[in-house]
Amino acid sequence: MSDMGSVVAAETLPGTTAPPAGPEERAEKPRSLTADALRDLRRSAIFWTACVLGVLVIVMAAFPQWFTSADPRSCSLSRQFDGPSGSAFFGFDFQGCDVYARTVYGARASVLVGTFGVALAAILALLIGMPAGFFGGWIDALLSRVTDIVLGVPYLLAGIVLAKRLSSGREDPGIWAVVLVLGLLGWTTAARVIRSSVIGAKEQDYVAAARMLGASNWRIMWRHILPNALAPTVVVLTIALGAFIATEATLSFLGIGLRPPAISWGIDIASAQGHVREAAVPMLAPASFLVVTVLAFIMLGDAIRDAFDPRLR
Amino acid sequence: MYRYVVRRLLQMVLTFFGATFVVYALMFANQDDPLQALAGERPVTPAVRQVLTERYHLDEPFLVQYGYYMKGMFTGDFGTSLTGRKITDMMAQAWPVTIRLALLAIVFAALIGVIAGVIAGIRRAGVFDNTTLVLTLVVIAIPVIVLGPVLQFGLGIELKWFPVTAGATPTFYALLLPAFVLGALSLAVTMRLTRTSVAENLRADYVRTAKAKGLKPRRVVGIHVLRNSLIPVVTSLGIDIGNLMGGAIITEGIFNIPGVGFNLFRGIRTEDGPLVVGFVSVLVIIYLVCSLLVDLLYAVLDPRIRYE
Repeated sequence: MSDMGSVVAAETLPGTTAPPAGPEERAEKPRSLTADALRDLRRSAIFWTACVLGVLVIVMAAFPQWFTSADPRSCSLSRQFDGPSGSAFFGFDFQGCDVYARTVYGARASVLVGTFGVALAAILALLIGMPAGFFGGWIDALLSRVTDIVLGVPYLLAGIVLAKRLSSGREDPGIWAVVLVLGLLGWTTAARVIRSSVIGAKEQDYVAAARMLGASNWRIMWRHILPNALAPTVVVLTIALGAFIATEATLSFLGIGLRPPAISWGIDIASAQGHVREAAVPMLAPASFLVVTVLAFIMLGDAIRDAFDPRLR
Repeated sequence: MYRYVVRRLLQMVLTFFGATFVVYALMFANQDDPLQALAGERPVTPAVRQVLTERYHLDEPFLVQYGYYMKGMFTGDFGTSLTGRKITDMMAQAWPVTIRLALLAIVFAALIGVIAGVIAGIRRAGVFDNTTLVLTLVVIAIPVIVLGPVLQFGLGIELKWFPVTAGATPTFYALLLPAFVLGALSLAVTMRLTRTSVAENLRADYVRTAKAKGLKPRRVVGIHVLRNSLIPVVTSLGIDIGNLMGGAIITEGIFNIPGVGFNLFRGIRTEDGPLVVGFVSVLVIIYLVCSLLVDLLYAVLDPRIRYE
């Protein structure tokens, strides 16, 4: 009797209509949300384009010698602005360096700085977003205000000041100054996303079940909530990887990110920009590689989000 | 509403002091040697060094220096830059140019972004929609350091449609290209936001009612849908105004416009602390005020939103 009553009550609730059980529905195996999303991803042309480009850039960063046999640092003024030739597809720049070789070798700085920057930002976002969402109360208030303050400072401005500060007084600051800048300023969006997905996940039944089984806060956070809050975070971090690579190039362009003799697209764009009237290719080559790389990671994040977030369709 | 405003103002004060202190600390705490940076390669004699040290309070504790600075700022005195010019004078010259540039960029973003977004939203999944979606994605991926030099080279040097640089007193025409470069990112974001928002609202009940009443499609979209769709767009544009002024550093550098970003970047390079902290403080204030205004405007535009 009581069972019947609860079933009827459940059926009269709005939004809990019984699924249509037609024969054609039964024929197909029921798929989970994740399987649905993955199937969508496999069919997405944008996703595959982005994957291919991303892998290409990563391979180029790891093994630049596979793409060019020329030495990017061997420059000779006698070849200044020489046109394209057999191995130097893009000709030579103002200093007489092989533009193609420099562009290929430039991928390494971008990928390294971007990856380490995203890793640092992810760690910070996790350390701040997770407790803020899980504990709530004054911890949330405090951590959210900290996030607001970092978010309240114009991003590029803070990046320039910080990069200048970290790298001043040293001949070659290396990539770590830039990584630190990107990580310290870039965690805010990811932290907010983690916080809100943790808030959404912690009221779920499986969390209550884990708690009743005696799991500690620590275990609930890492083993139960984190895996379920991961998808939106991965999207944000993928897009951030593209944005970080662009920021690295921007800082190097301004002369406060990587410094020569480091090879970076930003440095090459800046130095070629002054001679663009004589030769445009030394500027256009690193510029287009930079745009394609950033585009690849942004498209990747976009495609994953479209697949996992059906509301946007 | 009243309590909300007070709370937001208090939060703004906190953010302001937090941000300015961090910038101040980054510029001044254990810096190498500002006097030597000021003199460049030339040696600084002990006498000159002593005078300058006393004038700029370089021998006092750090927090005291910050206190001095804040005291001066609230009485309208931003101090003198290490080059000896009064920072208020420099600001009076730089701000008008940057404000013109940023407003022009916002106009670009709002006008083109909203129109293209509405068309794409109505013809969802059509040719125009798909083209603009890909196009905006590309624009989002192009950093200003690429877009600026490439457009300057293509449209300025090769085609000669626009002046290559804008200079100290730029004409409206000379500012068009820099403003487009500056506003391109907001344009793409605005377009995407408008598109999503319009497409969502077209499915709403009130649109069906309006259509059922027999209203013309033009009126349904232009009045009913647009008014509701523009709410998130206004938010994003409002936040962008603050961002654009700071982001003008690169654009102003590329097109040689002596505005706020130009001064700021020179200040950072020469470790000119007073100049940087002064300009950044004003930028932070503008940014904070903009985001507050946007949040308040939100409640006005959308009566469903209530602030406790």
